[in-house]
Amino acid sequence: MTPATSLTGPRPRHLLDFQGWTPERLNALLDNADTMAQVLDRPVKKVPALQGLTVCTAFFENSTRTRTSFELAARRMSADVMTFAAGSSSVSKGESLRDTMEVLTAYKVDAYIVRHHAAGAAHLVARYSGKPVINAGDGRRAHPTQALLDAYTIRQEYGSLEGKRVAIIGDVRHSRVARSNAELLPKLGAEVVLCGPATLLPRDLAALPGVTVTSDPREAVRGAHAVMALRLQQERMNGGFLASLQEYADTYQVNEALMQHAESGAIVLHPGPMNRDLEISSDAADGKRSRILKQVENGQAVRMSVLYHLLVGRE
Amino acid sequence: MKELTIKNVRRAGSDTLESVTVENGVIKGWNLGDLGTVVDGQGGTVAPALIELHAHLREPGQTEKEDLASGLAAAAAGGYGTVVSMPNTRPVVDDPAIVRSLIEKADRLGFARLRPAAALTRGQKGEQLAELTALKEAGAAMFTDDGLTNENARTLRLGLEYAGSLGMVVSVHAEDATLRADGVMNEGPVSEALGLPGNPAAAEAARVARDVEIVAQTGARLHVQHLSTARALDIVRDAKRRGLPVTCEVCPHHLTLTDEKLRSFDAIYKVAPPLRTQADADHLLQGLLDGSVDCIATDHAPHTRAEKERDLLEAPSGIAYIELAFPLMWTRFGEQLGLERLLDLMTGAAARVMGWPEPTLEEGAPADLVVLDLETERTVEPATFKSKAKFTPWAGESLKGWPTLTVVNGKVAYQRQD
Repeated sequence: MTPATSLTGPRPRHLLDFQGWTPERLNALLDNADTMAQVLDRPVKKVPALQGLTVCTAFFENSTRTRTSFELAARRMSADVMTFAAGSSSVSKGESLRDTMEVLTAYKVDAYIVRHHAAGAAHLVARYSGKPVINAGDGRRAHPTQALLDAYTIRQEYGSLEGKRVAIIGDVRHSRVARSNAELLPKLGAEVVLCGPATLLPRDLAALPGVTVTSDPREAVRGAHAVMALRLQQERMNGGFLASLQEYADTYQVNEALMQHAESGAIVLHPGPMNRDLEISSDAADGKRSRILKQVENGQAVRMSVLYHLLVGRE
Repeated sequence: MKELTIKNVRRAGSDTLESVTVENGVIKGWNLGDLGTVVDGQGGTVAPALIELHAHLREPGQTEKEDLASGLAAAAAGGYGTVVSMPNTRPVVDDPAIVRSLIEKADRLGFARLRPAAALTRGQKGEQLAELTALKEAGAAMFTDDGLTNENARTLRLGLEYAGSLGMVVSVHAEDATLRADGVMNEGPVSEALGLPGNPAAAEAARVARDVEIVAQTGARLHVQHLSTARALDIVRDAKRRGLPVTCEVCPHHLTLTDEKLRSFDAIYKVAPPLRTQADADHLLQGLLDGSVDCIATDHAPHTRAEKERDLLEAPSGIAYIELAFPLMWTRFGEQLGLERLLDLMTGAAARVMGWPEPTLEEGAPADLVVLDLETERTVEPATFKSKAKFTPWAGESLKGWPTLTVVNGKVAYQRQD
């Protein structure tokens, strides 16, 4: 493994979102994920890069998959992993996030991987802990490693993000995955189209560079090289955002019929877990265009690369 | 009672150093010599003490955030001689006995004068009117359900009519709660980029429009609290053109901070109504200049530091800065507004909103005075605040216009110690 060298500018201390991350550094991070992927193909899937370091997954919101992916990534780099799982109610029971972080810091943690139901919580952890923080999802705000693994998966397909068009379809309003991709992919040269019913599609997101919005799914996928379906939380029904799940599926489901309007070799992505036959059809989820399991696999390598980038070679 | 003389002070707009003597709670006269206790005003500007129409003092029930002693001392340090406190305490100020006990306690403290607002409805629940006549007799200054937003328009109508018949002002926190929904900051490009639930400008504008129509129907006096959006101000402006008895206040934080501050994810900037855009702030300032905004209030809303260190969804709304409201306004907008207009917005204009006598420096007027040092720049140091909320968005900034002396009812309520 070779650390990314010859990069100019200060190395970001955290991965909270993509503010302060240059395209060069992001590409280096993705390049390094290739090296990590090779490690994962070996019979012994372990390297000593993080030996002696303690990484804490601080999950204030449940997520078995993301936590498992991060913990495996850290262990494969020989870090000690500490799991802190708190229900999102711990804050409302009176202990502030700051108090919690002070307790955890007393355990001599070297880096935090944070998931929280509130946007900005990872920023607060970075401020309160003083240690490198990787945001594993904060409210609707950001889920940067998911966006990185999405970018990595698209890059794997096309060699580069440059000039590629990526359609993201579904509950954009409540999606940190959509926001992080809308922030990351244009930095890497891609164009992002956000699509969903108007009630779940904040028009103000079109203010982001390289991002357009439309409520027409055919328009969204036209010319797209990758089409991502977002998970639809079924409780959005109660919020009055949708008339019915059936109407949603009839209009916005990513299926083979919709994919006929995309580029011929376009791939299908989904951040998981899927509601089959709601936001995505089984033919799209399981068909030859699908890279959904590849995303999960790539998540490991990308997270190893992020840990390496933030923790190795830093005083 | 012994006299108090403040010497070496000038009145706004004058370069002449004068002295003013107070006795028995009123101004005895000007340039009478060094009568009684003498305080040197060191060339500062003397004016009627400021009047705050909107402060949360948290007593009874939430005294970990603030209490009468800390809040009224902070007010006096900010140059305020009179404070209208909001009734959203625990319990709610909807009972004449609570009003009386608050006033008695505040009088004993000897800081700023307290004029409690009482709830318009019992428990501020927006259902049954509170005993408005008895509350007025107990000393309530106005009626409001404040942070609870008068969702029932008919109840507000009845409250306005009833209060109007008593000659009392009803003030409203004008936000449509259903449009506001779970919003924690201004809705717009910043909230969407940050992934924080937005509170649309339409929530305020729509509610002000509704309330203006109720005023048109009833002819009763309505005061709109802490206007934050350009659109809502335009609706108030239009109502005034129609001759309706509507007044409004704006807060210095809505003039000086915008939603861009939320990019820090620091809940110190979480406030209701939320910080808006620069265009809104500019429009509100224009309203101060052209007279469509009646007065300045701070919505001093202290919380504990731990509460404000929570995430933006959990943290309570409110910014507490009664101690630096005048310096902030003077430093930022003194040139545009001019001293006399700014002072009026924070004293006489507030009194006119309430229907109180015009504060003056004439012989025989109440001896509620402030001396302001308009020149010396000082750094905002929250640790020195008298408020329990020892943190502020303006920490570390250099401001001028600090009060050096506040006299309430003829007695020194605050004197700067350096």
